[in-house]
Amino acid sequence: MRHDTPRGANSAPSQRPLTDSRAPAEGDGVDTSPTVSDRIAKTTCYMCACRCGIDVHIKDGKVRYINGNKDHPVNRGVICGKGSSGIMQHYSPARLRKPLLRTGPRGSGEFREIEWEEAFSIATERLSAIRRTDPKKLAFFTGRDQSQSLTGWWASKFGTPNFAAHGGFCSVNMAAGGLHTIGGSFWEFGEPDWDNTKYFMLFGVAEDHDSNPIKIGLGKLKARGAKVVSINPCRTGYNAIADDWIGIRPGTDGLFVLALIHELLKAGRVDLDYLLRYTNAPVLVVQEPGAADDGLFMRDADGNPLAWDRVAKQSVKAADPVAKLALIGSYMVSDRRCVPVFQLMAERYLDETHSPDAVAERCGVDAETIRRIAAELAHVAFEQTIELPVAWTDWAGRRHETIKGRPVSMHAMRGISAHSNGFHTCRAIHLLQVLLGTVDVPGGFRFKPPYPRQAPPGPKPAGKNVQPMTPLDGVPLGFVCGPDDLLVDDAGRPTRIDKAYSWDAPLAAHGLMHTVIRNAWAGDPYPIDTLLMYMSNMAWNSSMNTVETIAMLTDKDDAGDYKIPFIIYSDAYYSETVPFADLVLPDTTYLERHDCISLLDRPISHADGPGDAIRHPVVEPDRDVRPFQSVLIELGARLGLPCFVNEDGSAKYRDYADYIVNHERTPGIGPLAGWRGKDGASVGKGDVNPDQLQRYIDNGGFWHHDFSADQRYYKMGNRSYLDFAVEMGFVPNAEPIVFQLYSEPMQRFRLAARGHGKVQPPKAERGRIEAYMDPLPFWYAPFEEATVDLEKYPLHALTQRPMHMYHSWGSQNAWLRQITSQNRLFVHHGTAAKLGLVDDDWVWIESINGRVKGQIKLIDGVNADTVWTWNAIGKRRGSWGLKDDAAESNRGFLLNHIIGDQTSANADGRRYSNSDPVTGQAAWFDLRVRIVKCAVEEAGFTEPQFERFHQPPHMEPSPDMLRFGADFRMKREAAE
Amino acid sequence: MTCLPAHTDKKLGLVIDLDTCVGCQACVTACKEWNTGGHMAPLTDIDPYGGHVDGVWFNRVHAYEHTTEAGGRTVNFPRSCLHCETPACVTVCPTGASYKRASDGIVLIDEDKCIGCKLCSWACPYGAREFDTDVGVMKKCTLCVDRIYNDNLAQEDRVPACVAACPTSARHFGDLGDPASAISLLVEERGGVALMPELGYKPTNRYLPPRARSDRAAKIDAPALQPIKADGGFLGWIDRMLSN
Repeated sequence: MRHDTPRGANSAPSQRPLTDSRAPAEGDGVDTSPTVSDRIAKTTCYMCACRCGIDVHIKDGKVRYINGNKDHPVNRGVICGKGSSGIMQHYSPARLRKPLLRTGPRGSGEFREIEWEEAFSIATERLSAIRRTDPKKLAFFTGRDQSQSLTGWWASKFGTPNFAAHGGFCSVNMAAGGLHTIGGSFWEFGEPDWDNTKYFMLFGVAEDHDSNPIKIGLGKLKARGAKVVSINPCRTGYNAIADDWIGIRPGTDGLFVLALIHELLKAGRVDLDYLLRYTNAPVLVVQEPGAADDGLFMRDADGNPLAWDRVAKQSVKAADPVAKLALIGSYMVSDRRCVPVFQLMAERYLDETHSPDAVAERCGVDAETIRRIAAELAHVAFEQTIELPVAWTDWAGRRHETIKGRPVSMHAMRGISAHSNGFHTCRAIHLLQVLLGTVDVPGGFRFKPPYPRQAPPGPKPAGKNVQPMTPLDGVPLGFVCGPDDLLVDDAGRPTRIDKAYSWDAPLAAHGLMHTVIRNAWAGDPYPIDTLLMYMSNMAWNSSMNTVETIAMLTDKDDAGDYKIPFIIYSDAYYSETVPFADLVLPDTTYLERHDCISLLDRPISHADGPGDAIRHPVVEPDRDVRPFQSVLIELGARLGLPCFVNEDGSAKYRDYADYIVNHERTPGIGPLAGWRGKDGASVGKGDVNPDQLQRYIDNGGFWHHDFSADQRYYKMGNRSYLDFAVEMGFVPNAEPIVFQLYSEPMQRFRLAARGHGKVQPPKAERGRIEAYMDPLPFWYAPFEEATVDLEKYPLHALTQRPMHMYHSWGSQNAWLRQITSQNRLFVHHGTAAKLGLVDDDWVWIESINGRVKGQIKLIDGVNADTVWTWNAIGKRRGSWGLKDDAAESNRGFLLNHIIGDQTSANADGRRYSNSDPVTGQAAWFDLRVRIVKCAVEEAGFTEPQFERFHQPPHMEPSPDMLRFGADFRMKREAAE
Repeated sequence: MTCLPAHTDKKLGLVIDLDTCVGCQACVTACKEWNTGGHMAPLTDIDPYGGHVDGVWFNRVHAYEHTTEAGGRTVNFPRSCLHCETPACVTVCPTGASYKRASDGIVLIDEDKCIGCKLCSWACPYGAREFDTDVGVMKKCTLCVDRIYNDNLAQEDRVPACVAACPTSARHFGDLGDPASAISLLVEERGGVALMPELGYKPTNRYLPPRARSDRAAKIDAPALQPIKADGGFLGWIDRMLSN
């Protein structure tokens, strides 16, 4: 098929086939037209969370080749290092082959194979007893789960509030920070306007989310000559190609951003019109210390926030499109003193404590650089504005002849997220974008549908009233607007096992998977019976404080019973966590299963329109494994869970594919938005279409809807877009979305800490709530830094996953592990010289939590106070199909061993999870270390070492030689 | 010893943009994946799950740090066969196994003629040859000769696997012997360079250098921000702005 317009991202004239691609008559006997495949199946990648479209070439029943789908809106034909290595993930020797039941001690790896029927019986009996007595004793936590809309629904129907996926230890600060501020966030919720932006700022490690769209975008920026500024302690990957690399000290990004804001405010370089139209900057805030509503919004009788009309000199609805609203000043409304939000912001950020000079040393960035960046931001935003010749109508019915844009955009992900101050730092970045007027404008940061939503969006977390045999009255994960929404008991104790939505982590949003093992082991807040986990390596690289975590998994009570009584785990591979399970449910690979990448879940939309996608089996499993989602659906049916059985008690869904097509969350809305309705003519809402999966397959595995030109920007206040969003069920009504620069929900928590309201924190928690639930973004030192002796632990220690392994369990992958099989500790040359260290030295890396041994590599491209390493390269012997002499378990190391899962004890002796105090996000990057050269006899191998796992029965030893592809050639040549 | 063609009709090759390469390894594994089932299949991996893993790869990416006048820099550098015009790897070959095609200039190995003497890998200063110890044969980048002319692929897919995969669009393909080709124009525009031209092997592939830090960035001639001093500073300014 020949396309007149070249498709895909790599379609520049210098990337196209030869004009005449007929083979020349070379006469050397080379077969230039070998058959590539018998068929091409188009599905969705799962090598990471990016979820690109892939073309899988099948030859002789085997996977011959995987390339990017040129039509797919996520990757437009490109594919990353992981996606191209999918073959080795699929044919991995670490794959499980049959359900397993533990026979030896937990953690030994001694199992016997069982049939699925026995596995289902065991699980059903156990879970059925829990559901009859106390459903919260089932803790169901999923890791790299791309089916949370199903798994959360299942937990809800089971009746346990104890459900979450891995967001709590990944990037919940980014999600919560954004959703509470602009009703959207980075990555799945938005993206820079790659085609129009002229100035792009990238904060922290961002190679995680998302993989290919950011790379495609960077390629566009480079081709157009747009400026790329990276703020990152490490000069790797994306930072290597930045025009400006600012090697900031870890955890100080918030300080840096607030200094930029200081400079912009001081110079009057903020977009006042934008602030008035789209934010709560003019909203009046009650100023009456001691009052129960101090710091809340002044509202009218109907609950509408008020603002001050400068002309009429009276209060009006803040949403009044005509009134001339004040942004500063102090006003009396109904005898109450109040000031606009913006007045509070200006007072705070104009303070000299936020000046570049005041923060430069702490950030490790000189004041001149901060001033220069602020000037550049202002210049591009206000002097290089762009205007698209497209007319549009705003929410108030005002027609605009063009779409105006300020071409500055930003992106941040895990580097900001994984600090205990990440929530506020994320809010600060959004605040900066909003002050510049760059959110959802041409050249700025753009929302991806179904975002934006009200900030914060609904619904609230369910789980207040847990009863036997009773579903929850909603889904376990949601957004809180104040203390009344918390999941705490009358004494203020958490009612979830992970303490999400408690005073420890009020705005949790994604749960705190990283706390579950400790809490379940300690029986704090209560003991559980069964821990059901999916696809998360909690006995190794997904946990902090690994050594103790392993001990908790195997710890027994006085009666000799495991403190965590029963563990069910589903995974496709023999990871470090499988040996700790009592029952193992072997999963398929991504090429053998159905999945849906749903708008109800973690969408893959583009800023230019919503989309979703499926996976479908492109090869048959050669072993007795089943897709976890289908197993969960069958388990639900066996347990008789509402919505999983018909009235006669029979299973409602045959398997996951059946659920994807026939499940309706609300009438007309199901997991997939495309080709709904009996004839497949509806999008968004519509009847079930029995042919829906086939329609997806026929379309290359995905559905995408393109917005009309007038719907693509200003979605927070764009009439045409908002009407569409209501039609699609993205938002409940077409009211404009107001950016919450000042967070009233957070102030409600502060008021509770001051003794107001019916739900108040225990006395001991009040200081913490008062400090961290600040309604405006602020910066504070990361907790570990604030408590450890900085002279003793002078260095920051960070990790990042290599781009070729992010979110991909790559060490079992014969190709990916060849690129990285031993992680080094990267140390700045100057720092090493001071410590008397030379390249390749072996060192102890010591924190307050312990020590781990690894080999160093000296570099220049790193903040001198920072050391870092590739994460999750170190593996435990006996796992992942690796041989005993593999570099991963002998010389590679896991930094997790020395990252505490708890903070140091406070004055009351209380230790909190090592997490952000607002959201519970795991604070991986707060770590402080020192490095010490190890003794000569200690060099050459990593420590700590762990006992080798036994191998599951009938697991083939990994091959000594891989000749993948030889068969294709042999058959090809034989056929000639 | 093996003779080189006096002339090649085309000079097919790659152009790699070092200003844009982020070192993601996409081209590395896309190449491995295509070629392990392709013309020189397999790209054998020895001890693939053990401590002495060693595989055949036609394309590898290295990261280097170096210091420029404007400060330090990290460069990600993809390395594969440069399909030289006068490659020593061909002329040293005692059997004619290593050869350069007269039609398109691609340097290939005829496995049937290769005796595994490794003279070519000693001769190549770019480290572009990969010996497969399992079969005792030298292997190397074929410029995806089984893709670029492949009638079984859609026309639009007839480019090397690495070029199709590259997520940052840092790789280009075409006839560098045709000064009017898109790829030649790109080299011209961006000042593309050959690697170690002083050795005299005349590499066909070109690398687009990272632009010097100072002029690499889009020029943002931003005047320094001036604090509002008069009439109540920032708050006074707001008042004036909103009153207009």
